[in-house]
Amino acid sequence: MTKEMKLVIAGFGGQGVVVAGNILARACMAEGKNITGMVSYGAEMRGGTANSTIVISDTWIASPIVEKPDVAIVLNQPSLDKFEERMAPKGLIVINTSMTEREVERADLEVIKVNATEIAHQLGNVRVANIVALGAFLGHTHILEMSSMIGAIEALFSQKKPGLIEINDKALRAGAEVMVNA
Amino acid sequence: MEFKKPTSLLDVPTHYCPGCGHGIVQRLVGEVIDELGIREKTIGTAPVGCAVLLYDYFDCDIIECSHGRSPAVATGIKRVLPDRVVFTYQGDGDLAAIGTAETIHVANRGENITIIFVNNAIYGMTGGQMAPTTITGQRTTTTQEGRGQNQEGPPLKVCELLASLDGVTYLERVAVSTPKDIMRAKKAVKKAFQNQIDEKGFSLVEVLSMCPTDWKVSSTAAVDFVNNEMKEVFPLGVFKDEK
Amino acid sequence: MSATTAPGHTETGKKLLLKGNELMVRAAIEAGCRFFAGYPITPQNEVPEYMSQLMPKVGGTFVQAESEIAAINMIFGASAAGARCMTSSSSPGISLKQEGISYIASAELPCVIANVQRGGPGLGNIRASQADYFQAVKGGGHGDYRLIVLAPASLDELQDLTMNAFDYADYYRNPVMILADGLLGQMAEPVDARPYEPILELPEKDFVLDGCKGREARVIKTLFLRPPKALVTHNMRLQKKYETIASELQLCENVQTDDAELVIAAYGMTARIAKGAVDMARQAGMKVGLIRPITLWPFPGPAFMEVAGTAKKLLVVEMSSGQFIEDVKLATECNIPVEFLGMGGGWYPTPENIFEKISAIYDK
Repeated sequence: MTKEMKLVIAGFGGQGVVVAGNILARACMAEGKNITGMVSYGAEMRGGTANSTIVISDTWIASPIVEKPDVAIVLNQPSLDKFEERMAPKGLIVINTSMTEREVERADLEVIKVNATEIAHQLGNVRVANIVALGAFLGHTHILEMSSMIGAIEALFSQKKPGLIEINDKALRAGAEVMVNA
Repeated sequence: MEFKKPTSLLDVPTHYCPGCGHGIVQRLVGEVIDELGIREKTIGTAPVGCAVLLYDYFDCDIIECSHGRSPAVATGIKRVLPDRVVFTYQGDGDLAAIGTAETIHVANRGENITIIFVNNAIYGMTGGQMAPTTITGQRTTTTQEGRGQNQEGPPLKVCELLASLDGVTYLERVAVSTPKDIMRAKKAVKKAFQNQIDEKGFSLVEVLSMCPTDWKVSSTAAVDFVNNEMKEVFPLGVFKDEK
Repeated sequence: MSATTAPGHTETGKKLLLKGNELMVRAAIEAGCRFFAGYPITPQNEVPEYMSQLMPKVGGTFVQAESEIAAINMIFGASAAGARCMTSSSSPGISLKQEGISYIASAELPCVIANVQRGGPGLGNIRASQADYFQAVKGGGHGDYRLIVLAPASLDELQDLTMNAFDYADYYRNPVMILADGLLGQMAEPVDARPYEPILELPEKDFVLDGCKGREARVIKTLFLRPPKALVTHNMRLQKKYETIASELQLCENVQTDDAELVIAAYGMTARIAKGAVDMARQAGMKVGLIRPITLWPFPGPAFMEVAGTAKKLLVVEMSSGQFIEDVKLATECNIPVEFLGMGGGWYPTPENIFEKISAIYDK
């Protein structure tokens, strides 16, 4: 990674965008990268989409604001509508085809499609669609080691919800597999 | 019988007008603090209004608060020092107008404090404007034709209002307009402090009091006004006494 | 971003990933804050929420007050009773607290007040803003008084200044305001949790109202009616204290100002963003620096005057329509031109915005 990557994860409230952002941020920290994170708050969270924005960099980060994301991981249709037009030129967009109804329209964007909710359902918990989509993103970009992500998942869930570690690990790998096979 | 100042009161003349009830109420509070032996562990709050100079009269720790905020200040003190005795001394404008929110919420939280609420149906310090407790028909400098002519609403009845709150332990309305009333008032004040010592929770004593200066009547007529008019609107008695 | 995994106060030494609001709570409790009263308002809600979780663990008190006014008055009481105490809010709520702040300043009670600023005037919006600058540094409430105003520009600095704020408050017996904004409060970045250590030799609290056992009764008051000059005397004493603070406590960061022809003046999050623009300008061969006051009151005037002696031009950037710029012009006595980039209402500058402005004015 030569420059900053500005990333947004967006979806319905309840699709786990905050948790996904948290895991990604902690994995970056584990690899010694600089990060800043913000999640939508207050009235922004009511209706439509919630989002978690993260700036990842090998150097110092001036601003946590993500106005034009380089990467968008969109888990539902309203998030696709909201962020497609805002994305930086030639950005990377990961779409959850299980919850989006149309193709990406901008020709300059690199598109990764993953039926994340369907895969999550097959794994036995639809709520890990967020992690499947994260896995797809990492399987494609390889910006982080899988072990850092798994470490972050374990750190996040070990105290309060250790039962969720296994399914999240599976979801991450399943998402990454999609990309290997694509 | 020897007439002495309570130890909890300083031996200084007060600024209160002749016939004013504040001197009586403060004496009762001072006597109760003496009798309970709590002067050295008591922190009082002074309000904005005629009693603002209370800190010149009491010989215990006192904090002077902004208008109506004594219950919030007392909450801060009591939560930091739960084994001390904390009382507020407030007038009707302070407690029942500008500080209404603080009054209701301190009561509803059941803060273990004591409130002495002096109701004289007028703003005294500022020169006789309508108070929330001014009675219907009463003339003040802002209700010159008598309360009720300009949609002021009827007088606010604090004890009745607070009695509906589950957090409240003890509410009583007393007066200082007759010797018998004063004796009854002292009992109530003592109970309100004793409740706090016993960690029973929130106690408030409302005291109907005289303000001849701003009522623009003689001292004896002021006593009559409390006895004949105010007690009609604000009946004396215990409104709540949770065991 | 980590509310679900919020650690306790015992994590000293660890790398934390907390929102600014949460980190401020952690730092306050670490510094011995044992009383908090507040009221919910976006974007500072994590402060009362996290306080409500952590305070019981350290034997402290959290009160969700019925109003901002009640909250600041609870602080008035808690401080008088001797506790290290804090309240927080965001712009409209801070407006409501102003009466209480004036009383606390006059009574010379120590406390910490955080303003996680949002857009105004009125109900405004919930985006970050710096439009409460005048309110924070020029008064806000009635009367001649001053707050010590601290403006952190990163979470690391937020942790330090939150802890230091309690020391400044106790040392000077004065309310201290942490002037943050919605960006700083809502953003998360890794921070090394550090233990609290006093940075000043703190005086004994000889004003505390805890019952007059074994001493004379004490009074805390702000009314000075008699003799007629009592209030003048009180105010003169306050002013003398403010002069002392002004001479002892001016904090400022200079970034590459030594050879800079253009120096950006900014504080808080805006300064952090502007630092990104300084890097861009330097890469483009422009000699640009940054001066960032860390104390907004006392304003580090001499540091600004020095920069005005070497640079050719200043560029003030603020998330408001021109408040901070007045102090910059006063401090530099308008010796060099002062350009402006700013807007109220939740406008965020980007490093690119600022770089663009630099490019436009650098050679002019």
